[in-house]
Amino acid sequence: MSWGSLENFLHMGGYAVYVWGAYGVTALCICLEIVLLRKRAQQARR
Amino acid sequence: MFFPLAGKLIPWFSLLAGAFALSGLYVAFFVAPTDAQQGEAYRIIFIHVPAAWMSMFLYLVMAGWAAVGLVLNTRLSGMMASALAPTGALFTFVALWSGSLWGRPTWGTWWVWDARLTSELILLFLYLGFIALKSAIPDPSRADRAGAVLALLGVVNVPVIYFSVQWWNTLHQGASVSLTRAPSMAMTMLAGMLLMALAAWMYSIAATLSRLRAIILERERDLEWVQLQSGSLRTAP
Repeated sequence: MSWGSLENFLHMGGYAVYVWGAYGVTALCICLEIVLLRKRAQQARR
Repeated sequence: MFFPLAGKLIPWFSLLAGAFALSGLYVAFFVAPTDAQQGEAYRIIFIHVPAAWMSMFLYLVMAGWAAVGLVLNTRLSGMMASALAPTGALFTFVALWSGSLWGRPTWGTWWVWDARLTSELILLFLYLGFIALKSAIPDPSRADRAGAVLALLGVVNVPVIYFSVQWWNTLHQGASVSLTRAPSMAMTMLAGMLLMALAAWMYSIAATLSRLRAIILERERDLEWVQLQSGSLRTAP
């Protein structure tokens, strides 16, 4: 799969909002869980 | 003892999760071809399907631990179920969210009240209800028992989700991958999906183990070895 340019890649054939919306929120959720886990572990150790 | 072993395993599972996710994302965006019907919108599949699988599987594991806790009255099983619930809820939310963003361009709607979507939404409420119920009961062993009953009642919902596309007429398509037939998709698409599924597995194990360690420390605060772990027991006799 060759996109040709970064612009084409980001454009996702016109579906950028949907594709990046799905991947972005997933990444956000995972980062949030990791941060919350770190906090909880630190508090538990106290 | 379980605690230090879990601590040693977490970095390895995290590393594996990262490696699988990177290779999965590479396949998803740079190897898998454009779909003839859906264009690039189909690339949501690489998170949607693994997240949906994980959401159901984690619930089964959680209900399994809940059952063990009810029958054998072991403390660790209740903590295990508590450790699984938030990660399960996360994957359920991701499956619903990515499905909604996929439904809009392909079905023309963000949401329909069809059997698959509705039962997956019920799964999210089951996870949230389980978490809320447990946190509402101060006594840990009673919270474990109440949570276990709820988890076991809700387990009937999992086969409903899985078979909903066969039992009812739904807008959601049937399974593209099954154990009995050849998958109805390109090999590279399947490979990307499986890599992402493996990443989700490894991530779930790492997240659950680290939450479990925190829960153990929180609950067994009074025990000497826990105080040694947290360094608060300095004047040991």
